[in-house]
Amino acid sequence: MPIAIWSTEAAQSVLDTTCNQPGPVLISLQAIQEKFGYVPLEAIRLVAQACNVSRADVHGVLTFYHDLRRTPAPATSVQICLAEACQSVGSRQLVDAAETALGATLGSDGKDVEIKAVYCFGNCALGPNASVNGRLIGRANIEAILSAAEDEGTR
Amino acid sequence: MTPIKVYVPKDSAARSIGSDQVARAIEEESIKRGLSIAIVRNGSRGALWLEPLVEVESGDGRTAYGPVQVSDVVSLFDAGFHLGQSHPLSLGKTDDIGWLARQDRVTFARVGIVDPLSIPDYQEQGGLVGLRRALAMTSEEIVTEVTESGLRGRGGAGFPAGIKWRTVMTTAGDHKYVCCNADEGDSGTFADRMLMEGDPFTLLEGMTIAGIAVGAIEGVIYIRSEYPDAIETMTAAIEIAREYGWLGSSVLGSGQNFDVRIRVGGGSYVCGEETAMLESIEGKRGVVRSKPPLPAIEGLFGKPTVINNVLTLASVPAILADGASAYQSRGVGRSLGTQVFQLAGNISRGGIVELAFGVTLDSLINDFGGGTLSGRPARAVQVGGPLGAYFPISAFNVSMDYESLLAAGGMLGHGGIVLFDDSVNMAAQAKFAMDFCAVESCGKCTPCRLGSVRGSETIEKIINGEDRVGNKRLLLELCEVMADGSLCAMGGLTPLPVRSALLHFEEDFDSRRGVRK
Repeated sequence: MPIAIWSTEAAQSVLDTTCNQPGPVLISLQAIQEKFGYVPLEAIRLVAQACNVSRADVHGVLTFYHDLRRTPAPATSVQICLAEACQSVGSRQLVDAAETALGATLGSDGKDVEIKAVYCFGNCALGPNASVNGRLIGRANIEAILSAAEDEGTR
Repeated sequence: MTPIKVYVPKDSAARSIGSDQVARAIEEESIKRGLSIAIVRNGSRGALWLEPLVEVESGDGRTAYGPVQVSDVVSLFDAGFHLGQSHPLSLGKTDDIGWLARQDRVTFARVGIVDPLSIPDYQEQGGLVGLRRALAMTSEEIVTEVTESGLRGRGGAGFPAGIKWRTVMTTAGDHKYVCCNADEGDSGTFADRMLMEGDPFTLLEGMTIAGIAVGAIEGVIYIRSEYPDAIETMTAAIEIAREYGWLGSSVLGSGQNFDVRIRVGGGSYVCGEETAMLESIEGKRGVVRSKPPLPAIEGLFGKPTVINNVLTLASVPAILADGASAYQSRGVGRSLGTQVFQLAGNISRGGIVELAFGVTLDSLINDFGGGTLSGRPARAVQVGGPLGAYFPISAFNVSMDYESLLAAGGMLGHGGIVLFDDSVNMAAQAKFAMDFCAVESCGKCTPCRLGSVRGSETIEKIINGEDRVGNKRLLLELCEVMADGSLCAMGGLTPLPVRSALLHFEEDFDSRRGVRK
């Protein structure tokens, strides 16, 4: 689904589908992110109102979960697994290679490309694992990551 | 003419190395050749080193080919693979592949065999027998059956499932829950994912039986966001089960009410801890709760709640179908039944190995795993995820069951086995364990939140040669504080990999060599 441009009305209609469910805050934030690609600052107030909780509560949830992002994702988001099983087959070296090839540092917010560490895709017999914009690559090497990044760019 | 059935796994491990492209190529080539072929996207058989593993139904069982790349497809057709003919990638009959034939598949009996979303397939392979039997039993009888089977929690804690169920059953409550913990965050584990992608109905059947047994009307599956394929398959399976009249207001026409919904995680490891998971399902920060009260008494939204791991619940249908005695006749001591082991890391033949408890670590790593992938000598193995102990090869003869691993200074955890070759630096792995704990700690208790940071700093000092003797002693003291003083297993078990690395591989702590910044 393509990412929508932020608007209060669009956000409100997303929240109408989530706010009546039990324990609505996290699913509301997840739904906002799915719709707009991230959770803008303005969303906190709307989620708080819709879920009848304080803005501090919403902020607490938003900042707890690694998945929730407060800035838009760059065009290319590369995730490399740095958990033990992938380390054992060279994921740290893969991070080095990706940093050099993509001109981005692990963990920093890039404008066009970002490299993030994740801990386990559940594909631990076929490591090292990486994903490019959510597409999982097993037995990953730098060539496969670059080729997937290029595919994503031409989409 | 009936189309020839060709199986190409849709498991995300197979997809990660090109099974979608292989399926498409087979379809296109069959059209080009005017052949009538029906492609079934099954789960994986679990021999991940053979993926993408393509199988052809040929009357007397399935014939396997693998690992298949797109570039192999034309030659496969030329050789007549669709008629079961020989090809350089031939593996013979799938059921005769030794790696699979030597296993004892109970929980994973149907994974890779059935079309994951076909209820007819599911029933043909023994599905729903357990639930139908349970519906004819009293709650007391179901719970007794599960207790007598000896089934223990497969998530890592190993608590007897029947005893937990009994607590929920006997606790009064107008609304009870069954929560399935599918937040499989441990590195080296992927069995929950493969079961949900390859045989989702087994999990739903196990949850339904649990619901009927304890009087719960609602089930929640908490699946980690890193598993989009599992979320998709489970969502579809729930929908199909509702249409079939299995989930909903009258389970298979019994008049009993049970339905299941899914909650998706937020990328937090600690939410695999059961009380943090409950908080997360309630939409809050995934902060661990103090126990007591036990979730069985005050769980989700304060109601009595059964919390079990995917593999625990997925073992229940077989126990109800074949009886407790068939299940508990397997295994050793107090570790009864089978364990779904997962061979991972630097391993030549990785994947799912389901066997009765009591197999040796050596047999799993060498007989099944074939040693390291790199071909270099093995040096260490981590059993039980990021919070499990590191063992040297001299300890490989340990029996794989709850008690033996505990006695050897480790734990079984969720059954993940991660092999490392001799290029590993164990001081770096110990430091990683502390760093990981620092990143993923929920922050509620001090030993975990601060201890992990101090632990990482102390290991760094040891590596750098600052008062090695004093700092090693300090590290061990810190480990003791974390182990004894943390609220949950996150801080409580992080010392396990750290201490075991220091115990078995102390030489790595005595130099900077091989440790990256």
